[in-house]
Amino acid sequence: MNKRTHSAPRRRGLSFLLDAPYVLWSALFIVIPLVIVVFYSFTDAEDNFTFENISAISNYGTTIRISIEYSVIATLITLVISYPFAYFMTKTSANAQRTQMLLVMLPMWMNLLIRTYAWMNILEKNGIINRFIMLLGGDPLKLLGTPAAVIFGMVYNYLPYMILPIYTVMSKLDPSLLDAASDLGSNAFQRILRVIFPLSVPGVVSGVAMVFVPSISTFYISQKLGSGKILLIGDTVERFIKTSYNYNMGAALSLLLMVIILVCMFVMNRFSSDDEEIVV
Amino acid sequence: MKTAQRVYTALIFILIYAPLAVMILFSFNSTSSTSVFAGLSFKWYRELFSNSDTLEALKNTLLLAFVSSIAATLLGTVTAVGIYRMRSRVTREIIKSVTNIPMMNPDIVTGVSLMLLFVFVGRLLGRTNTLSFWTLLISHITFNLPYVILNVLPKLRQTDRHLHEAALDLGCSPVEAFMKVTLPAIRSGIVSGLLMAFTLSLDDFIISYYTVGADFQTLPLKIYAMTKKTVKPDMYALSSVIFFTILILLMLINMAGMRSDNNSNGSKKSKKKV
Repeated sequence: MNKRTHSAPRRRGLSFLLDAPYVLWSALFIVIPLVIVVFYSFTDAEDNFTFENISAISNYGTTIRISIEYSVIATLITLVISYPFAYFMTKTSANAQRTQMLLVMLPMWMNLLIRTYAWMNILEKNGIINRFIMLLGGDPLKLLGTPAAVIFGMVYNYLPYMILPIYTVMSKLDPSLLDAASDLGSNAFQRILRVIFPLSVPGVVSGVAMVFVPSISTFYISQKLGSGKILLIGDTVERFIKTSYNYNMGAALSLLLMVIILVCMFVMNRFSSDDEEIVV
Repeated sequence: MKTAQRVYTALIFILIYAPLAVMILFSFNSTSSTSVFAGLSFKWYRELFSNSDTLEALKNTLLLAFVSSIAATLLGTVTAVGIYRMRSRVTREIIKSVTNIPMMNPDIVTGVSLMLLFVFVGRLLGRTNTLSFWTLLISHITFNLPYVILNVLPKLRQTDRHLHEAALDLGCSPVEAFMKVTLPAIRSGIVSGLLMAFTLSLDDFIISYYTVGADFQTLPLKIYAMTKKTVKPDMYALSSVIFFTILILLMLINMAGMRSDNNSNGSKKSKKKV
């Protein structure tokens, strides 16, 4: 009895003590950096307040439009490819599922730079695909430097991020629900549409977020597979920061990226019902 | 129908592994081309292991991954315990939301925001160059922390609160009770958080790119610098070595997992193991 009355206040003090270092750390290295991004966005090189950076964003209309377009298309293609793949995975034996899971994750341990560079080797003018075409007597295709190549790079690199959450949700699905659906007279197609799909929405939502965010902010994929001719928001940020040292403009465009992503997340959360948990 | 499924799955796997196959093939090329295969040789592997720059970068990458993941695991575990014990719902939700920020934000924004912080502080201190190994280490710990916290918290929630109290009643000090009761129960969460942090740090290019100084180079940064020019197959040789190392490690983990699965006869939970 005595112990309990004592332990409550001590516990509160203890949890404060345990969390204090992290609270300090995250304030310093998560919250303040974002405040500084906002500060740089609204100041010039002499730290004077200005709207110039924000209004200069309108010069990048095309960049912003194609960034959104490409990443939305890439996300949709990834979803269309991954969904049946994840579904078929759940239809195999437990050991086969484990092996496939491993095979899907394995390439994620290879650096994205190397994977993208290898694709460049496959797609380039003297690359494997064009050599094969010429061997068959055709004319070489111009594959690199096209929007399709950039979108393909996004789909390829982030495919596992879509497959894994969808698969995780599907594999936890209670099989008796499907039995019930069949007993109530639904066919295979109806079962997918009415039972499997609605229950897999949380996996789809987190997969979409995990593909869309890195796609819209990439700069390496567009640099390599777009041959430097296709500039996305990420490329523009990279150039401002690393080449022209215009931190204010770089910050303004980073802020824009955050806003776009927040808006997209908000819209997507509207789509999926509120009480559904996002699985990562 | 079954065949169609198999063909589809096989096609996706061919797509996923195509660049890796190219990489492995050309790592054995006898010329310096990465698109024309001239003949089989091991010269790029010999070159790789005699290139002190690359080995230095590999050493740096491993060092950074070790230090940052261990620091993040220690701080993250303590934090998770603190969050779990916290009474105030509001404070807990605020801390959890802040923790989600680095996971939600694209890497480039995290990298740029940290870089601007370091540059800003440097300007206040009157220094022109603040970026160094230390800023890189701070950045890696920062993006590793959320993964540790989010791996440990669920394990804490699964533990039985009363066990901790029982230990206290039986005469343990709070620290002893934590070490003897709570820690063993959350160990698997700590280990998976540590592994995740380690691999993320190992693989990170974007955040490192913005927060590193000229004094330190990691492997992804070196690969980036090399791919600005043309890559020689020694980079492919290095990637192949890494690939097979990971493949063997994963196969060993997987085999151990299968064995324990067969022993416990199919508990579904352990399937999520990486």
